[in-house]
Amino acid sequence: MTIRGKAHIAGAYEHPDRKIPDSSIAQVHAEVALGALADAGLSLRDVDAYFCAGDAPGFGPVSMADYLGLARLRYTDSTETGGSSYVAHVGHAAAAIATGKCRVALITLAGLPRSQPVPRPSASALAPEAGFEQPFGPTTVSMYALAARRHMHEYGTTSAQLAAIKVAASQHAQHNPRAMLRKPVTVDEVLDSPMISDPLHRLDCCVISDGGGALVVVAPEVAADLPRQTVKVLGHGESPKLTAGGRIDLTYTGAVWSGPRAFTEAGVTPADVDYASIYDSFTITVLQAIEDLGFCEKGKGGAFVADGALLAPHGRLPFNTDGGGLCNNHPVNRGGMTKVIEAVRQLRGEASAPVQVPDCEIALVNGNGGSLGTRSAAATLILGREDA
Amino acid sequence: MTTPGAALPAPAPAVNPETTQFWAATAAGRLLVKRCQDCEHLIWYPRVICPECSSLRTEWLQVSGRGSIYSYTVNHRGEGAYQGSPPFVLAYVELDEGPRVMTNIVETDDADLAVGLPVEVVFHDTGAGPALPRFRPRRS
Repeated sequence: MTIRGKAHIAGAYEHPDRKIPDSSIAQVHAEVALGALADAGLSLRDVDAYFCAGDAPGFGPVSMADYLGLARLRYTDSTETGGSSYVAHVGHAAAAIATGKCRVALITLAGLPRSQPVPRPSASALAPEAGFEQPFGPTTVSMYALAARRHMHEYGTTSAQLAAIKVAASQHAQHNPRAMLRKPVTVDEVLDSPMISDPLHRLDCCVISDGGGALVVVAPEVAADLPRQTVKVLGHGESPKLTAGGRIDLTYTGAVWSGPRAFTEAGVTPADVDYASIYDSFTITVLQAIEDLGFCEKGKGGAFVADGALLAPHGRLPFNTDGGGLCNNHPVNRGGMTKVIEAVRQLRGEASAPVQVPDCEIALVNGNGGSLGTRSAAATLILGREDA
Repeated sequence: MTTPGAALPAPAPAVNPETTQFWAATAAGRLLVKRCQDCEHLIWYPRVICPECSSLRTEWLQVSGRGSIYSYTVNHRGEGAYQGSPPFVLAYVELDEGPRVMTNIVETDDADLAVGLPVEVVFHDTGAGPALPRFRPRRS
């Protein structure tokens, strides 16, 4: 049994603002929920399944369900895998719908790290690894820098090649009026930006933004009655990548497993993908994912991206046409939600005109949560146009 | 043998009953890993269960404290205890015995840093009992 074609994304909504000074986090969850349901032509009263992750304030999915008045829920899921959570949620929602557990699933993400910066929750002292990592001062950027350094060592990847990823994202962001960084940048500008944790420069890093987004995943019979064009869920895969009892390998991600699982379920190959949303917490995150998903040979990602492959609409693998986390937004430091939303836009033909991929039929979404420098969790979706 | 943390902060680690012996050994200048008595895997970070074969028959083993850099970065933006610190080196060191451990590289110029550089352990006193196993370029 597979989920292929057994669930549709009927609604997708991205919060328009990048700084939201006068709202609560719950309020922004509500705004994006209503936005996605309106996009689908549904209402909160139709929702019978709710999905959220660690950004949802309160007690798992229950506090937000209560706040929203989701009185008809018969399915909840608060899978927390960082930025990949929402990509996984779509797969979980499709599986629940395919087995008749629910018909209308709502997924929300929201947060305000710009307006209401709170100290990063220190990794719990109760985490079993805490004593062996936290005292040495690992930060998010520096752990991805360790991955970048090792990839460079093994494969000859260069900082200029990583910069090409940012350059492509910035080329796309210029067409997104809401993007935080709309000015196209050059490879040299990336390399000249301040070093944060070498080899990663400031412009190798994503932005920090308030915001959020929501999705509505529905059963095919629900989709058939909606006025709006929907998007078919064709395949899903996920996998944590662990530290292997002290034999960590920093050169690949869990997408080496989640990707093939998603492709197999969808019955497509990397060559069939017209557009890819690839979580871009850092440039190295994209580079490793492209290799791991099979868009190029392992270790050849640098040459692949430096060749303009990522540029929409005519590159070999147009990616992150909203500007991605590198240029557009990165609500709550969790990029999976906006990645799904932009893939839905592409499949509906509603991306910004200059970056709309012509005849976009198959899209891939890849999320990665946690840290490439330690333990992480990948989730991959294959989505198809309504007639796919 | 332990030395003061010098320029780098040396925050105290979280210690629990599973790791008490490890940290007690650091105070005496000894680096331990866990060894599985069934499959002989050397386990890092230390824990009771062997993640390779699921055995609970694991024991402490003192290692040489010698290894080489697997990856490193000079972090210019410390957080937490390291906020405001001068740039410092975060690294994975591959011990000669196999495990790759997160650590800092100390007593080095950035220009000397390289993947593969031979290093040896030094222990920096946290002032709370445990000492942090950090590594410096090998001198012998």
